[in-house]
Amino acid sequence: MKKISRRRFLITSALVGGGVLIGYSATRPSRHRLANTDLAQRGEHYVTSLLKIEADNTVTVYVPHSEMGQGVHTSLSMMAADELDADWELVKIEQAPAIDLFANGDIIKGFAREFGVPSFLEGLVSVSAIKVAELMNMQITGGSSSVRFTGEFGMRTAGAAARQMLIECAATRWGVTAEECTTQLSHVHHNASGRSLAYGELAADAALLEPPEDPVLKDPAQFTIMGKSISRVDIPAKVDGSANYGLDAKPAGMLYAAIRFAPVFGTKLVSVDAGDVLSRRGVKRIIELEDSVAVVADSYWRAREALKLLSSVFETSAKDTTSSADIYAGFERSLADENGSKVIEQGDTEAAMESAADVIEANYRVPYLAHAAMEPMNCTVHIHDDKVDVWTSTQDALGIKARVAKIAGVAEDDASFHHSYLGGGFGRRLPFNWNVIDHATLIAKEFEVPVKTVLSREDDMQQDYYRPAVASNFKAAFDGEGNVLAWHNRFTGPVQTPGASHIPYAIANQSIRVVDGDTHVPIAAWRSVDHSQQTFFTESFVDEIAHRAGKNPYQLRRELLQQHPRHRKVLEVAAEAAGYGQNLPEGHALGIAVQESFGSIVAEIAEVSIGSNNEPVVHKVTCAIDCGWAINPDTVEAQVESGIIFGLTAAMYGEITIENGRVAQNNFPDYEMVRMATSPEIDVHIVESGEALGGLGEPATPPIAAALTNAIYILTGQRVRELPIKNHDFSRINPIAQV
Amino acid sequence: MATFKVNGFEKNLDIEPDMPLLWALRDELGMTGTKFGCGIASCGACTVHVNGRAVRSCTTPVSAVEGQDITTIEGLAAMAAGTNASVPNLTAVQQAWIDHQVPQCGYCQSGMIMATSALLASNPNPTDAEIDSNITNICRCGSYPRVRRAIRSLANA
Repeated sequence: MKKISRRRFLITSALVGGGVLIGYSATRPSRHRLANTDLAQRGEHYVTSLLKIEADNTVTVYVPHSEMGQGVHTSLSMMAADELDADWELVKIEQAPAIDLFANGDIIKGFAREFGVPSFLEGLVSVSAIKVAELMNMQITGGSSSVRFTGEFGMRTAGAAARQMLIECAATRWGVTAEECTTQLSHVHHNASGRSLAYGELAADAALLEPPEDPVLKDPAQFTIMGKSISRVDIPAKVDGSANYGLDAKPAGMLYAAIRFAPVFGTKLVSVDAGDVLSRRGVKRIIELEDSVAVVADSYWRAREALKLLSSVFETSAKDTTSSADIYAGFERSLADENGSKVIEQGDTEAAMESAADVIEANYRVPYLAHAAMEPMNCTVHIHDDKVDVWTSTQDALGIKARVAKIAGVAEDDASFHHSYLGGGFGRRLPFNWNVIDHATLIAKEFEVPVKTVLSREDDMQQDYYRPAVASNFKAAFDGEGNVLAWHNRFTGPVQTPGASHIPYAIANQSIRVVDGDTHVPIAAWRSVDHSQQTFFTESFVDEIAHRAGKNPYQLRRELLQQHPRHRKVLEVAAEAAGYGQNLPEGHALGIAVQESFGSIVAEIAEVSIGSNNEPVVHKVTCAIDCGWAINPDTVEAQVESGIIFGLTAAMYGEITIENGRVAQNNFPDYEMVRMATSPEIDVHIVESGEALGGLGEPATPPIAAALTNAIYILTGQRVRELPIKNHDFSRINPIAQV
Repeated sequence: MATFKVNGFEKNLDIEPDMPLLWALRDELGMTGTKFGCGIASCGACTVHVNGRAVRSCTTPVSAVEGQDITTIEGLAAMAAGTNASVPNLTAVQQAWIDHQVPQCGYCQSGMIMATSALLASNPNPTDAEIDSNITNICRCGSYPRVRRAIRSLANA
């Protein structure tokens, strides 16, 4: 494991009733930042609490991240509890409240000083043009970052510091040295004398100590909780209907809003003809907003039914005739006309192309995609007495609270955020995708009671912030022996994730540039961000290179990955587990792809055949992932399964098209998903390299599309260069002889 | 007036006959365990039991369930226990969902569990093909491999 300084700014505070609170100090309290008066004694400090140890020996871990199924409440708590040597049975896990004290940006900020801004945030910063300083007051869950940053640098450090302090207190009380003491199951022991004390008995003393500046973390051999598959704490509530999501908020007296947005992005509402809508049962009011109209009623269904009967006119726009074909034509013009901005320029690609024995070219593209989280977008807002309460499922509670307060015209300190589970995030519930939040707040401003604004599935699909459509053109040059000399790539932007279009392969001459891809369609991060498109492109084109050179795609990758032993290792583990190179059932083929993203390296091998209806059937996906090491292995496997199926849905079916300036798709029948019948067997292998922790929420999504289409090429001789796969006809099959 | 039983309790609601059962449960009765996902009976998040059969409540008007017995996720365990004095907290299906760590975001899982419970009640040992054709719910997190594992563990029990 890498040795890095863990010198942090941990501080402690005494608890009301005896006990200790351990967390980060807010080194420079913002104007909103308050002492942790709810928990700590008066006059105490600005503690960004991570851990609380009480006199009754319970340990509470405050998790400043959203739980959206990735198991973060459990895995972060495991990290703190293990370093603390806590008894897992005595550990309580709480969602950290959405107050400045729990901004997880503090942890990122601390590490930004040593390592720079984490790359997953760079894209966010550049896309939004906001300042890093503002970002740091967020409570963000994204970029597959919770375990890597908050866990590794916050939770583990706090747990280790607390353990050292508790030992020090016990040693002082017993008149022995700290070295003579050991810890186990929330107790400090002095084995020589047989004495022991519960943490709870020492917590009040510990509150008087300064935390160690550089607490010593455990070696993996000392782990008692990390590395074990532990049942997720959020699951029991998710099997009996008691788990609360944003859509389940029900403050007393609540009304419901159904909303119709301008169908063409960026246009405004002109007029509304309400007809007799206001006379319908339960309907309270019609609210006209700049780009939308809403009906507010005493039930969502009544609001929605009334809205159907209301006629509205939106302004016309130059985009009213824009279609996906126009957008792609614009991409082609940019690719033809622009030199673009440099991503990678190394060697002399132009000279290599001119002197090459052989050159191949291939043009790829992928469409816009919606997030389609299962919980439709919603937000409940109650503005009252110069205060505001907000209930919503979000990947940034603190940011949303600030946004709502600002629009409501209320001071941030007078805003309260009510947490819930998220019915899927995938980037849709990140900051800057404001459309539900803003509208819900503007509507609620017109009422004294709470109002819940709900997007229907159709609204959600047509008013998303989409994964960008991208076109990407390639050229490769070979020498007379089939060795690849040069890699030339031009793709449409914007770049949301720097590095996603880089390749790990040892190709001497590389020219990768990005050209303008701006359109009127709003875009955002979508699970794995640019990696989902770029990995399809690069891992397909590497496959094309292998086939053109008459080389086996697996062996070619291994050869070109000499400098990347971790990539080679996951390839080899996946290949062996998938039976690569061995006999397969008649009509089956294996396709392979590998990608590093968010600090994890993932190889996937898809076993595919063409079914009786000429559609590809994915029988099995074998995945090897090097995420450094695993906190909760079962959660790692679950995230990999999830990422693969998410990517498979996109590869097979995912397509948002633009017709007349607006989204053509409405609901699941025309935006189909992988279901039980089309879900493959998935075999996950965790490769523990012991390197720094990698992310898990996203890295399994990127490779699957190319793994699948690379197998389809072997089966059919058809190179899929445009997704989704459902648009292709595989009725004529010319299988490729595998090298 | 709409009259039906929910988890054994009779409900009389002064609502329109064409209000979907989903919204009667969620907005009128405050029972939010049943989820809104698509509104067109495509995703299955809103699945409940009507007289023991799995039904997608988002397109089922309350007039179609007049006088019927509705079971929702909140009442699944209690209804399964029937008149037994000791009501378990969870059914075997719900316990299998915990044992196999099936849910991720969990939003679709009320519907998944209701669909699975109805399938296993009528077909205790379904084949893979029968699972595929009966459990057509969408899970955006991709819990499908675990759903299958959990169902198989119950079928083998």
